[in-house]
Amino acid sequence: MTFKGRTIRRRTWLATGLSVAAAGAIASSPQWKGASRWRFFSDHEAQTVEAISEQLIPADGDPGARDAGVVNYIDIQLTRHFKRWQAVYRQGIVSLDAASRVKFGKRFVELPSGQQVEALRDAEAHSKEFFELVLAHCRQGFYGDPRHGGNRNMASWKMLRLPSPPLRGRMHYDDQPKVG
Amino acid sequence: MALKHVNAVIVGAGAGGGVMAKELAAAGLSVVLLERGKWYSAADCRKDDLHNQRTTVLGNGFGPDDERNPRVLVDQQGERIVYPSESTYSNNAACVGGGTFSYGAQAWRFLEKDFRMRSTYGAIAGSTLEDWPIGYSDLEPYYEKAEWEMGVSGDDSNNIFKAPRRKNLPMPPLAPTREHQVLLPAAKRLGLHPFDLPMLRNTVPYNGRRSCMRCRWCVGFACEVNARTGTHNTVIPAALATGNCELRTECVAREILLDDSGRATGVAYFDVHDRLHEQSADLVLVCGGAIESARLLLNTRHRLFPNGLGNRYDWVGRNLHAHTYPAAVGLFDHDTYDDLGPGASIAICDYNHGNPGLAGGGMLANEFIRLPYQFMNQVPPWVPRWGQAHKDFVRNAYKRTIVIMGPVQEMPLFESRAQVDPKVKDYWGIPVARLSGTKHPHTLEIARYIAGKADAWLKEAGAVQTWRRIPPPTLSGGQHQAGTCRMGNDPKTSVVNKDCQLHQVDNVYVIDASVHVTNGGFNPALTILANAYRAADNLLTAWKGSKVRS
Repeated sequence: MTFKGRTIRRRTWLATGLSVAAAGAIASSPQWKGASRWRFFSDHEAQTVEAISEQLIPADGDPGARDAGVVNYIDIQLTRHFKRWQAVYRQGIVSLDAASRVKFGKRFVELPSGQQVEALRDAEAHSKEFFELVLAHCRQGFYGDPRHGGNRNMASWKMLRLPSPPLRGRMHYDDQPKVG
Repeated sequence: MALKHVNAVIVGAGAGGGVMAKELAAAGLSVVLLERGKWYSAADCRKDDLHNQRTTVLGNGFGPDDERNPRVLVDQQGERIVYPSESTYSNNAACVGGGTFSYGAQAWRFLEKDFRMRSTYGAIAGSTLEDWPIGYSDLEPYYEKAEWEMGVSGDDSNNIFKAPRRKNLPMPPLAPTREHQVLLPAAKRLGLHPFDLPMLRNTVPYNGRRSCMRCRWCVGFACEVNARTGTHNTVIPAALATGNCELRTECVAREILLDDSGRATGVAYFDVHDRLHEQSADLVLVCGGAIESARLLLNTRHRLFPNGLGNRYDWVGRNLHAHTYPAAVGLFDHDTYDDLGPGASIAICDYNHGNPGLAGGGMLANEFIRLPYQFMNQVPPWVPRWGQAHKDFVRNAYKRTIVIMGPVQEMPLFESRAQVDPKVKDYWGIPVARLSGTKHPHTLEIARYIAGKADAWLKEAGAVQTWRRIPPPTLSGGQHQAGTCRMGNDPKTSVVNKDCQLHQVDNVYVIDASVHVTNGGFNPALTILANAYRAADNLLTAWKGSKVRS
């Protein structure tokens, strides 16, 4: 068994990989109409993940996951480094909706907040792989670097009172006592 | 076209390989230094908190890549393919400088007892715990050489447990952070012996490079101002400056070439365009880190070595271990965060040895700065994992915690090992490393004890709440991976002799942490560097071959 076809030249292989993944995302997107604003998600999937993320990291005096654009981070990464988890997301959302329907008679996004929390507690217990992925990805999208599509306006960094500008150079150091 | 024959071909431009390249090239030997990764620079810092060499959720900052470099992991869940950006892969790095390019740069000398663990503590049931064939005094001059030639800062004058040193460190420590100022008096009140830990980091201009600017993007990142010291900005440029060393990056070694009599004649490798080359050489130096070095030896098959080069007695790849890192986190009622990097600054060696009923211990120090996403790992177990309570805790505690942790010296296990997988191959068609094994139960016992000591230190410093983290009993590897090509006098229970030369083939050397019999209760980088300087000295003394210049 050879890992990922060593006979293909590297550049060719990378390009092939990207186009195959893109085609896969399009083909497997159930509501693809050529106009979604999302890279991977359908509109409903994006709404669901956004609703989940807001329960995991809710808005209060500070922005929550929705305001910070966490779903945007996840959507982007699912076409990049998280490609291997596309199916887990797709299936996880279907299962969450199914479980919500059985228990509350509605899809997850249509539930009131308290029932969403309950549905997520069930997912945490019974849909472990999906839940753990979403939790980790929400934390990354909320607390991680804005360059990856989340943490809009550095919302979490402001909340944590991280000194700004975040990408500072040495001026901070110049305020410190000299060494030696 | 055949490549020009050289005196030495080195596989891996990390800590060991970098030093060997410089020492051999400076002595007039012709050297080819092969590195599977790229040569990054200070400009590659990027400050990306999700994509670096420690937080790898979006990939490794400095290699290897997930696409071409799988491994196989065997654990309680069975057997599966793992990728370099997953922690279970036990990655170190793939780049010029190896781990020293993006490490935290702690520069520890091991203690005298760390080389005599078996004599000190006796046999430990189930462990292959053994003495090194060399002692601290053999390495002392080379520790000094590494400290002065590469540049180490710190001040261990208050460390009464340190082994004798002839010369102090060449650079002073950084000015203390707020954490340091909280921890120092507390340690003294407890009767401990805190001091400024040693780092391969410029705190004043040294060797033509500037001093640390104390940013928060340190361990896991490229140093933006080139103040942190690795082989990539010291010995490797020095090796190239001799004119005797050629560095070839993005070159992946496939196997060591052997003649009919079983002597090495060079290395077969794939270049950046996936073309296969044979580099012939008088000497082959294997410096790929504990897992990849073992893999290269095991992938080298020959009539005389049907189970891999140097593996006649089945010791290659055995005893894979690293460090178990217990930690305690303390929550304070005041800000302890002052945004001054690198973070780790104050250490104690009070618990490295002499712990009642325990075979060793480990150094304790405060942790590097926790970036916001990294802080997720510091949240205590009783805080809900999501929802308002989690967010509240993170917001309130982010600037009010101190983490103390330490590398507990592990009891090596014969069954914790790197093999080559019979089926899975990498992008180049080379059989991949197959990792299996666990930690020794006694290692975890020590870890629990050390975590308690860290906890007590935090409480004395005024922490209003503390909690502890004990690592799982799964296989240790990662950046501190060691032990797979054990150094020893008996060819039946070790892979290389005390000169780091294969017992079975005298022109093949292994020079990295693979040869560590035990791995100290410290970060191992300075010991790898010092041992490389020592091995180079011995190699050059014995060298009878030609030189390009002398």
